[in-house]
Order: sequence, then C-alpha cells, then structure tokens
Amino acid sequence: MTKNITIAHGNGGEENNELIKNIFYKHFENEILAKSEDAAVIEDGKLAFTTDSFTVSPLFFPGGDIGKLAVCGTCNDLAMMGAKPKYMTCSVIIEEGFSTRELEKIVRSMKKELEINGAIVVSGDTKVVPKGSVDKLFINTTGIGEIEHQGISASSLEEGMSILVSRDVGAHGATIFAAREGISLESSLQTDCASLYPQVKALMDADINIIALRDATRGGVAAVLNEWAKSSDVCIEVEEEKVPVQEEVKGICEMLGFEAVDLANEGTFVLAVAKEDEAKALEVLQQTHASSALIGTVTEQHKGKVILNSSWGTKRFLDLPTGELLPRIC
Amino acid sequence: MAELELKNLYDDFRDGETIKAYARIIAEDAAKLEKPINIMEVCGGHTHTIMKFGLPQLMPENINFIHGPGCPVCIMPKERIDHAYVLAMQPDVILVTLGDMIKVPGSNGSLQDARSKGADVRFVYSPMECIKIAEENPDKKVIFFAIGFETTTPMTAVLLDQVIKKEIPNILFHINHVTVPEVMKELIDSRDIHVDSYNNKIDAFLGPSHVSVISGSKIYEEFPRDYNRPVVVSGFEPVDVMQGISMIVKQFVENRCELEIQYKRVVTYEGNLNSQRLMKTYFDKVSLFRWRGLGNVPDSGLKLKDEFAQYDAEVVFKDVLPIAEIEDHKLCICGDILRGMAKPPECTIFGTACKPTTPIGSCMVSSEGACAAYYKYGNLIK
Repeated sequence: MTKNITIAHGNGGEENNELIKNIFYKHFENEILAKSEDAAVIEDGKLAFTTDSFTVSPLFFPGGDIGKLAVCGTCNDLAMMGAKPKYMTCSVIIEEGFSTRELEKIVRSMKKELEINGAIVVSGDTKVVPKGSVDKLFINTTGIGEIEHQGISASSLEEGMSILVSRDVGAHGATIFAAREGISLESSLQTDCASLYPQVKALMDADINIIALRDATRGGVAAVLNEWAKSSDVCIEVEEEKVPVQEEVKGICEMLGFEAVDLANEGTFVLAVAKEDEAKALEVLQQTHASSALIGTVTEQHKGKVILNSSWGTKRFLDLPTGELLPRIC
Repeated sequence: MAELELKNLYDDFRDGETIKAYARIIAEDAAKLEKPINIMEVCGGHTHTIMKFGLPQLMPENINFIHGPGCPVCIMPKERIDHAYVLAMQPDVILVTLGDMIKVPGSNGSLQDARSKGADVRFVYSPMECIKIAEENPDKKVIFFAIGFETTTPMTAVLLDQVIKKEIPNILFHINHVTVPEVMKELIDSRDIHVDSYNNKIDAFLGPSHVSVISGSKIYEEFPRDYNRPVVVSGFEPVDVMQGISMIVKQFVENRCELEIQYKRVVTYEGNLNSQRLMKTYFDKVSLFRWRGLGNVPDSGLKLKDEFAQYDAEVVFKDVLPIAEIEDHKLCICGDILRGMAKPPECTIFGTACKPTTPIGSCMVSSEGACAAYYKYGNLIK
C-alpha cells in the first residue's frame, strides 16, 4: 500500500481492491463480507442488504443527477442479487451555501426512481459542513431487498455458459468524462443511469436460471468479467466486435485513449446463463434495449483470465482497469 | 460528398478482412527475405496499436518489432518530474499538465501524490484550458508543464501566443518538448560515450504520422539517404500499421531504401507551415536534453527563447528547482528496451516489482510505454 490514499484507490480496479482487502476486510472480517457480492445476503438467504455513497461531479449531467444515481446505485446492487428493493435510508452531507432549490430537485428525482423500484425511504440523516469540506453534496443510501431468486453468485460460472450484456457499454463513464472540467467535449451522449430491477424481474418471470448477474459500475464490464473469471476459476472469452458500444462512446474513447469496457456504467449489467437459456435471455433483454447482446462464453483456456478475440484472429488479455483513467497525450 | 463522421476515421481501418489480407501479403513477401528485419516503431502510439491489436501474432518469424522511445511521458527524466512536483507544492500555484504525466513517479513521488498532499494539480486535454483556469483563479499562478513531441508543441506555442496577446498575467510554462528525428539519429549513431548504440539492431523505421502532419515527411529524408534505413510514415490504426509494415518489407524485397508515406490522407512533404512558424517564434533548441533511459541527446529538446523568459517557470522559480541529475533504477533496462536491445519480459523486475500501478522504469509508466503495453495486452498468448 502507498503511504497516502490517491484517487486511484477509488477506481473500482486493482488499487481499489487492494485498499479494501488490506484495510477493511482485514479488520471487519466475517463470512458474509468475505463473499464480496454486490449486496450481502442475510437472514438465511431471505434478504439482500447493501450501501453506497455518491460523490459525482457534476451533480447534474445529461440523463440524470446525483439523486437518481443514489437510488439506482443501491437498488441495482439489490436487484443484482435477485432481490426486490424494499426499504432504504438516505443520508446527505451538504456543503454550506448549497442551493435549496437544487437539493429539492435532487430529492424529487430520488422519489421518481424509488417509485420505479417500488421502494420507500424509511430513515435518514442530514449534515451540513463548512464550505470546502465536501464538494457541494454527498449522498449515502442503504437498502434492503427481498430475495426472489436465490443462488446468484460470481463463483458459479462453468465451462460452456454464455455471457450477455444488457445494453451498449460505457455510456455513463463517457458522459461524465465529456462533461468534466478540463475536457470540454460537446456531445449528445446521455448516461445509462437506470433502475435495473424491472429487467431482472422480466428475466425471472421468463423462468431464466440466472447464474451470475452484476451491474458494471466502476471498472466497467472489464472489472465484472475479471472478477467472475477469478471467483469461478474459469476463462471468459469475449468476441470484441460483439460488445455493443455507441458510436459517440467509441468516438470519445478514441480521442482520449480509453476502452469502452473499462468505463463505468450505471444502468448496464452483465449476465451469465446456461447455453440453453441464452436465446430466451437475449430476447427478454432486447425488449428493453435493442443493443443488448451475447458477447462471449465461458471456457477453460486460461483459468482466471478474460480473453478478447479480435475478428482478425488475434487474442489478448482483458485485465482489470488500473490507475486513474487519464486521457492519453498524443 | 457525404458528411464525414468520427467513425469514418477508424471503422474501415480496423476491418478484420483487410488486416488478414495484409498479414498474407507480408508473409508472402517476407518469405523472400534473406535475413530477418527489425522494424522500430518510433512512437508509443504505434507500440500501443501493435500490442492492443495483437499484431505481433500476425507477423512471420523473420519480422520483428523494436519498440522505440516515442512516449513523451516515458522519456521524462526524474529531475524534470521533480521540477513539476516542486512547482506543484509551491503556495498559490496550480500545476496543469497533460494526461498520464500525473502518474509518473519522481524522487519525491508523482504529481498524483502531490495532489493527495494538497497540491492543486490538474490535467487537461487541450492546453488552451489553462486560460480558463487562469481567469477563474486570478490570485493563483497557473504553470503549464508542457510535454510531448512535435505533435503537442504547437498547442503550447498557441497558448503562449494567446497569453502574450491577451496579456494574461498568471500563466507560466515549464517546457519539456522533445523532437523525433534527433533521437532517431541518436539511436543509430550515438555520440554519447556512455551509450553503446553502435550495435543497434534497427533495420527500418515506422514513422509516426501525426508528427509529420506538423513537421512534414521531410524530417525523415536523411534516414534512407545518410543512414541506409528506410522510413515509412504510417497512421495509427491497425490497417495503417499493417500496410506500413508491408511497404517496408516490400522495400527490402525490392532492394529499395526510401522515404515513403502510408498515411497519404493527411501527411504532406512540407507539413503544417503555420505550426512550424509558431514553434520557431517561441522556441529554441537546447543543446542537450537528457532522456530517461537514453541519456543526453544533442539538439533533441526545446526551450522558450530568452526574450520570453518572464513566462518561463524554470527561470522564475529557479531558486527552488533542484538541478542534480537523477539516475534510473539500477535493475531497470528501459534504456536497452528503447534501443531495441531487449524486450520488456527480459527485464528481471518486469511484472513483479515494476507494474503499471507501481512503475519503476519509464516504459511502464504511460499506456504508450513498451513495458506497460506488454503488461496490459500480454503477449502471453501466442
């Protein structure tokens, strides 16, 4: 570990994992935490329980705001364990001088998103801190959900299974990057920020046996696939040209030297199902997003690794994103 | 004419069938060669393309890549990074630089570390953003830590031009621009007594197209003429690189040694004369610039002309800036890698002590460095 925490320790990739392992897991160690799933499964598999903090800058961005993000983020973590979001808490840390109107706007968009999930906020906390102590507004939400589909796990992937994504990847990361100070790119891109429970429910209603499910937030699809490959000790082979990426996201990646699979998403999930469920799962996903796609299969070639196959016959490893995402120079 | 979209700039240049077709042509031509050829791609951008798209997997055994020194972040010696760190830690300073420069470790740490200790360090995509930052922070000094080859130098020149014309009082420059042809010469004909480059293995160069968009293809004329090394100026997409390699192989098969342009869609012989004029207005060559891993290279760096000393952070802050040269880590073989004497996996600390998260050598620092590209895109799969 480095002596001081750097931005890279919050990137959802290698350094982030190191920080969690070396400090938090070390002291909080217990069986439930060690599973390291999107949400903890408690009470004999009946409930899913999770928390998330939101510090996005800017607070309002094309297609969403920090409030929508704060509900989607936590509810999606529950949905990814096959749970229906039920009860939430909402804690805010507000910088002195913040606009009341903007705060209300943010809370209104939280309410709208809660309705989509069928969840309610049942407890909360507010703190106001002196100017400069936080960047305008930080929100923490915690959620409890009722598990409707048991057994979803990152460690159950087996050879021959199919990997799907629920829509085109990288839209949130690219949108935030384009809107960031110092980049000033104009684009009509919108974040993918959305509640995922309705799609998960549709998969369950169609009787699809969900093996693994994870929303590809920080670290993107690359992080999810790498975690699965490691947890299940399998190889995941992805056909690069089948990974759906919007033209605008591609353009931003080209200009800044990023890969869409490394970029964060806030309403996109990766799904693993048995080969025989593949067609039906894709059909269900495409009812919400036509861009959803089958992107790869589980193999035994290089256990613990993710391989990208190109259309011209070359292969390379797709690793966990490392460091802070920075645009390349020339 | 149909409207040009961003995707037109890369879509067709990544076509699987075209790439495979070039692989076949290269294999057919290479079969006629009497001895293997080593092609140095000078630029880190090319290294990145070659590794990311797995092109070595498509090459016959007698075509070999040597990864050159064209990564502006990788070649920055530690003492220059220490300058950036010291400047960033000065009171009321905002240090602005490009992209992954902020990750490079100096002797006190990287700019990222400076930032975690409270320094105001920002990265921009366009240097012109400095003007906005300076206007928003009138009580602070904005120091632009300028890096890069001929590709980024004009942007620094334009920024200085605007600073002077708009009389912006709080922008200073720390110039670390370097030039491509001088280091290419150094690699095949070293004059530094510490560097034994006479047994270099470079047979031909793949020249970076974006440098030539600015400086023209004329800057490479002397290599086929005086050094007997063919140069093909090539674009950065996989189809560009494959075509560029094919052109080089054909030269050897046909016993030619020429300067050719693969990237005809943009590169001209003369280049962008306006940019060249602006660079001449503001910059002088420095007689020696120390490259990390390579040592002193004559005439390879730029500095602000004396008449612009008031904008030069190296002059304004000269009392606080360290002057001692700092040697590279003893186990690091970046110098050999940059000269084509070794490949990254031959280094004893590659992937163990030296990783992208904890880089020791320069080539591991930037995504365009040879070691980082090998680490990330693992040529483990053959």
